[in-house]
Amino acid sequence: MNVKELRQLFPILDQQVNGKPLVYLDSAATSQKPLSVIEAIDNYYRQYNSNVHRGVHTLGTKATDAYEGAREKVRRFIGAASIEEIIFTRGTTTAINLVAASYGRANVREGDEIVITYMEHHSNIIPWQQVARQTGATLKYIPLQPDGTIRLADVEQTVTSNTKIVAVMHVSNVLGTINPVKEIAQIAHKNGAVVVVDGAQSTPHMKVNVQDIDCDFYAFSGHKMCGPTGIGVLYGKKRLLEQMEPVEFGGEMIDFVGLYESTWKELPWKFEGGTPIIAGAIGLGAAIDFLEQIGLDYIAEHEHRLAQYALEQLSTIDGLTIYGPKERAGLVTFNIDGVHPHDVATVLDAEGIAVRAGHHCAQPLMKWLNVTATARASFYLYNTEEEIDALVSALKKTKEYFSYVF
Amino acid sequence: MSFNSHLDTLYRQVIMDHYKNPRNRGVLEGEHVDINMNNPTCGDRIHLTLKVEDGKIVDAKFEGEGCSISMSSASMMTEAIKGKTIEEALKLSTIFSDMMQGKDYDDSIDLGDIEALQGVSKFPARIKCATLAWKAMEKGLHEQQD
Repeated sequence: MNVKELRQLFPILDQQVNGKPLVYLDSAATSQKPLSVIEAIDNYYRQYNSNVHRGVHTLGTKATDAYEGAREKVRRFIGAASIEEIIFTRGTTTAINLVAASYGRANVREGDEIVITYMEHHSNIIPWQQVARQTGATLKYIPLQPDGTIRLADVEQTVTSNTKIVAVMHVSNVLGTINPVKEIAQIAHKNGAVVVVDGAQSTPHMKVNVQDIDCDFYAFSGHKMCGPTGIGVLYGKKRLLEQMEPVEFGGEMIDFVGLYESTWKELPWKFEGGTPIIAGAIGLGAAIDFLEQIGLDYIAEHEHRLAQYALEQLSTIDGLTIYGPKERAGLVTFNIDGVHPHDVATVLDAEGIAVRAGHHCAQPLMKWLNVTATARASFYLYNTEEEIDALVSALKKTKEYFSYVF
Repeated sequence: MSFNSHLDTLYRQVIMDHYKNPRNRGVLEGEHVDINMNNPTCGDRIHLTLKVEDGKIVDAKFEGEGCSISMSSASMMTEAIKGKTIEEALKLSTIFSDMMQGKDYDDSIDLGDIEALQGVSKFPARIKCATLAWKAMEKGLHEQQD
């Protein structure tokens, strides 16, 4: 399937924005959805909407099969050992918060350390700030190289025998850096710490195998990988999840409820209190089918080509600064001298081009880059070289426009 | 040279002039009202200082970081409220808020340069940029009134 045919599977892409063909370069914020995902959710609501795990009736069984079937698809997709290790959450943020609130508070003590990096998204910073504050632990940062990469020597230096948790993003949503999470996990384990990987920007774009990485926890969101919003996944090693207490209590997650005491269901359901995100999980399952049909290796290669092409083309614009390393995932973050990124994004929008402008939920990284905001173009399987050409030409116009109005 | 007339309704010459040459940039010394405000969704921030004597704003300065709309709006706001009473400044803020929401606004008061920001109402994603400085001013004056 070529990219033209592939684009036809995404109905939203065929439209005009401000009189120009839509050029959607904001997939790192959220990806667009193929018809098969939209239809899977539609079918669930039209044909077998029902609660799961309790109905004796036919629809209840169908819904349960679809929901649990999605869990098996996720297990296979990320190479987990068993479905007991796959917990559905609202998204990456909820997944990391679950680890912080359950594993973090139970295992981190005063004097311990939690290690993260300067490039983390707020969702992989604030939960750890909270654990550190509540337990009296210290939060430490692995420094970055000038090109926005991490040196393993710095990881070795920062992680000590007092470190209990190392939390790191697999791929940076700003720099595009692909972090050596497998090596970081080895260093963490050598020091007796667990590793939490934020996979929000990796899982949609490359083959991920949690057993190969040997991470203890891995979190990601459905909506960035062609799935719906409101569904995400926490992978955790069974041995750790078994020791952990749930953070939400109520229906669905219980085994036996007494007047004064209750017991929990087995994994993974003890972490899924309340009616689960049934349509979301089914949509995510359909997204995984879709991505596997296209092929993660093809997607990674396509995006790599686009990112390298974008780097090459954008560097022809005078006064444009690009952040992050040359070898990167499918996104480019930049600034134009003298034009604020919001103004850049507004001019691009007038040309039908959607990019993100702002701090990208990474204020500590913005501080490290010594900027308050940046513009970001991010790519996915449906983007084309022509769209990057449109971006470059619109950016040249932006520069001219602002030099004229000044 | 203009390649997009839609954009010209937003980026008016007078806005760009205030962005390039901001009026009242800096921090007041001595006794003053001090307000810090930011827009958490985008990172724009403003530090506004106001000198209020006998219910009247006798001086105003701002510093901050942000886009052309937020910084020019701050520059225009400080110009507009100098010499006004607290009540007059708050009234102006209400008029500005109505203007941003595309509502009919009280046109009995001469808005001067501020009128140029009217085009922002056609760019919903940018309204928060324009109102940041005004929200800071309102907050400071309300604290002063309490």
